[in-house]
Amino acid sequence: MSIDMAQFHQVFFEESFEGLDVMENGLLNMDPGEADPEEINSIFRAAHSIKGGSGTFGFHNISEFTHVMETLLDEMRDGRRPVTADAVNVLLASVDVLREMLTAAQEGVDPDEARIAEQRAELERVLSGSDEVEPTTPATEKAPEVPAAEVQPVGWRIVFRPHQHLLRTGNDPLRIIREIADLGELEVVCDISDLPPMSEFEPEDSYLSWELRLDAPVDKAQIDEIFEWVEDDCDFAVVPILPEGAETVQAAPAEGASTPVPEQKKPELKVAAPPVERRQNPDRRQNPDRRQGGDRRATGAAKKGAGGSSSIRVDTGKIDSLINMVGELVITQSMLGMLGEDFSMDKLGRLREGLAQLERHTRELQESVMQIRMLPISFTFSRFPRLVHDLSQKLGKKIELRMSGESTEVDKTVIEKIGDPLVHLVRNSVDHGIEPPEERVAAGKPETGVVHLSAEHRGGNIVIEIRDDGRGLARDKILQKGIERGLVRPEDNLSDKQIFELIFQPGFSTAEQVSDVSGRGVGMDVVRRNINELGGAIEIDSEQGKGSTITIRLPLTLAILDGQSICIGNETYIVPLVSIIESIQVRPHMVRHVAGKGETFRLRDEYLPIVRMHEIFGIPDARATRIEDGIVVVVEAGGRKCGLFVDDLLGQQQVVIKSLEANYGRVEGLSGATILGDGSVALILDIPGVMRLANELSGMPETVAMTA
Amino acid sequence: MAASILAVDDSASMRQMVSFTLKGAGYEVIEAADGVEALNIAKTRSVNLVITDVNMPNMDGITLIRELRNLPSYKFTPLLMLTTESGADKKQQGKAAGATGWIVKPFNPDQLLKTVAKVIG
Amino acid sequence: MSDEVHLSLLGQDHEDDAQGSQYLSFMLAGEQYAVSILRVQEIRGWEPATRVPNTPAYLKGVINLRGNIVPVYDLRLRFGMPVREYTKETVVIVVRVGEGEEQRSMGLVVDAVSDVLVVQDEQISQTPEFGAAVPTEHICGLASAGDDMVMLLDLESLAGGTAGGEENAA
Repeated sequence: MSIDMAQFHQVFFEESFEGLDVMENGLLNMDPGEADPEEINSIFRAAHSIKGGSGTFGFHNISEFTHVMETLLDEMRDGRRPVTADAVNVLLASVDVLREMLTAAQEGVDPDEARIAEQRAELERVLSGSDEVEPTTPATEKAPEVPAAEVQPVGWRIVFRPHQHLLRTGNDPLRIIREIADLGELEVVCDISDLPPMSEFEPEDSYLSWELRLDAPVDKAQIDEIFEWVEDDCDFAVVPILPEGAETVQAAPAEGASTPVPEQKKPELKVAAPPVERRQNPDRRQNPDRRQGGDRRATGAAKKGAGGSSSIRVDTGKIDSLINMVGELVITQSMLGMLGEDFSMDKLGRLREGLAQLERHTRELQESVMQIRMLPISFTFSRFPRLVHDLSQKLGKKIELRMSGESTEVDKTVIEKIGDPLVHLVRNSVDHGIEPPEERVAAGKPETGVVHLSAEHRGGNIVIEIRDDGRGLARDKILQKGIERGLVRPEDNLSDKQIFELIFQPGFSTAEQVSDVSGRGVGMDVVRRNINELGGAIEIDSEQGKGSTITIRLPLTLAILDGQSICIGNETYIVPLVSIIESIQVRPHMVRHVAGKGETFRLRDEYLPIVRMHEIFGIPDARATRIEDGIVVVVEAGGRKCGLFVDDLLGQQQVVIKSLEANYGRVEGLSGATILGDGSVALILDIPGVMRLANELSGMPETVAMTA
Repeated sequence: MAASILAVDDSASMRQMVSFTLKGAGYEVIEAADGVEALNIAKTRSVNLVITDVNMPNMDGITLIRELRNLPSYKFTPLLMLTTESGADKKQQGKAAGATGWIVKPFNPDQLLKTVAKVIG
Repeated sequence: MSDEVHLSLLGQDHEDDAQGSQYLSFMLAGEQYAVSILRVQEIRGWEPATRVPNTPAYLKGVINLRGNIVPVYDLRLRFGMPVREYTKETVVIVVRVGEGEEQRSMGLVVDAVSDVLVVQDEQISQTPEFGAAVPTEHICGLASAGDDMVMLLDLESLAGGTAGGEENAA
């Protein structure tokens, strides 16, 4: 049977890369000296799987390399070797090399042999530094051949006496005999002398034994192989039949030295006991030299990878539910079809019911399909342990990274796009947030700083938080800089939050010196823009000396949005529900005009700017121009609030987001468009953009909002 | 009716390979990703053969074999484990737990089919 | 007229005109223009579009073209010609511009569609530097069709100068 193994390669690579992530994370979590056995076990398992798979699928260089890692991990797992920082670091570096080897194999290029050899030597070094160091015996030393048979036997006599429990191992004496029969002509004599009286007969036990005569000049190994699985579950003896009839009684008993032979019925076999060679095979892992000197023919054999097609691994549960829903949809459809064949008005009720069902199923189906795009955020989080580990070593800081909510599911696009902003933010925390150990101790804090990365569903959003217990943002320094740059005026009475907002301004960096950790390429403004592009928002909160928290809010999915339809004149717009705090009718007495700052209204204890949508969007025939004639929709974005003045509220609905940029381009104040039930297009408001437009119109500095 | 085989491996690629090979040879194959899943399946139906990996999360192959042997309907069912050459002691542990035999990794589809035929051919 | 005119009715085999290309001609303020038929996606009757705020007046808005949001430009406004009420004859020619990733669709409001022309390459002459109502950078040539002159529109330059061009940097 020929099977094209290449078809499994893609899956093998995917799971191997996942396995590498498991190994990496596990290693990073490992505290030298007191490693959690389960942790080591899961690292071992990952290595073991990669080894098994690479061997099976023909990537022998990978399998050989992984074998060395596995050996080391195995010893750690069994407690035979202490978990040292050195070993962990070497294993981590080996994970990197392994990743390169897998990538090379996937792309069908040759791996970097020098690097592999070097890393392998490192592993061997750690391995050989063990207490139970093995003398480097050259290669597998075969036990001396059974001294028998200078003459090739013409056949074998076999005595096979199963122990009583043999059947309960799932083995079957008849199958074993049949297998021997496959080797040549076989004569079988059954010995029923052990059968107990009926009253003592246990139907699940085995009482029979056999004497077999095989007339075929096969190797003894072939017979041994047949008995390999049952050698501890039976007594068996294999005696050569020599051509001249000069039979020497010399056979190998099956009994291993360790298994006591059952007392009552010792087989009466006249046998000597030369060792069974298989037992003598030294375990390969105890011969590092064998591997090192071993042939490397496989290494160049990296085959062309299974193409670079991007795939997404979907939980089968999700697919099952999808199939269920399609089934329901089909049923509803056929029901409606039948209804339509001879429709009359008296069936109107059933039609309505059917349509309602159709709507429900369609919606459910849509949700399920969206679910397929959802992946756990651990795909993104998984890189951080390594990042923080490496950075803290480089900076000489002690940092513990805590993560929670890794299983929170987010849209695939979010996974792809949120990585870089998060790396930037975590680096910031490590580089600028967490203080060096001595500074922390002096401030009465624990030596080890904590960076906590978390994700959770909150309302209709995904909330990702990066929290550190470092020194916090330097409020005054930021304010100072903001004033220098003309972003704010000294007389502005700004809240802390408004000051922190300044760091999101382009080119605003407070680091006294640009370190090579935080890099210089991107700033917080880019981070914010990336997050805005995902339809999300970012906020920062900080307390000097105590730490900072950065909160990122992202929509659950990028394709669908819960929207509030509003109308202005004859135009309909969609406001993302997540941005809306409330909608109110404002009375003229609540409105106040502030010189230079435009129109504001009082909402409880704050004054919020009023943004007249028909003005900033130039809508000609707005019905409401007097404040009391329309509705004010209070929205929030980027820590700022304002009231959008519109004619009226229409319904709330889920809308499918369509790109305006695909065929046209970006328009300030709009994040996209959607298609309404009647097929017409409605535009979706981008609240931060609307605020920017309003600011341009009123000439307010962007970051300043009013506080009462 | 085709003989049914429960294939247990946490590695999707190995599982696919085993499953694909066996199905190609006409067997009915049920897949499970770890011991717990396999045991749950085994409790609801019987199969003609179980092939299990040893190193798996949640429940390893040795434990699975021990648990299966305790199920009345699996008392005599062939239970094979997939081991590597470095797992010599694993074979012994497996045997002690009630395994019928083993297949040494890496193996190719032909070896797999040959071994399967040995127990349920 | 129906909302969509199927181009297959108008089309003919390309083998007929070894060196020639087919153009869809249309009327705009009494003059005949044409676009390469390979660029034409479909022809629709005018339907109100959704206005997009803070965009040039010649962008009539966006429409739903089988689930895609497509901008519609009024060519009279685009070229600074006198405005005319839309009538039954007013049609939108949806064209594709750009290639691959950059490919975009846009609708062009014209007075009426007139014909499909086969223009031999040698019939195309240089753009005159005078006279035309359309800025010359959007004309890629002049062709004679019978007694009439047809101006061939350069869609790429038209697309480049429209759209949210300045903000559309990818």
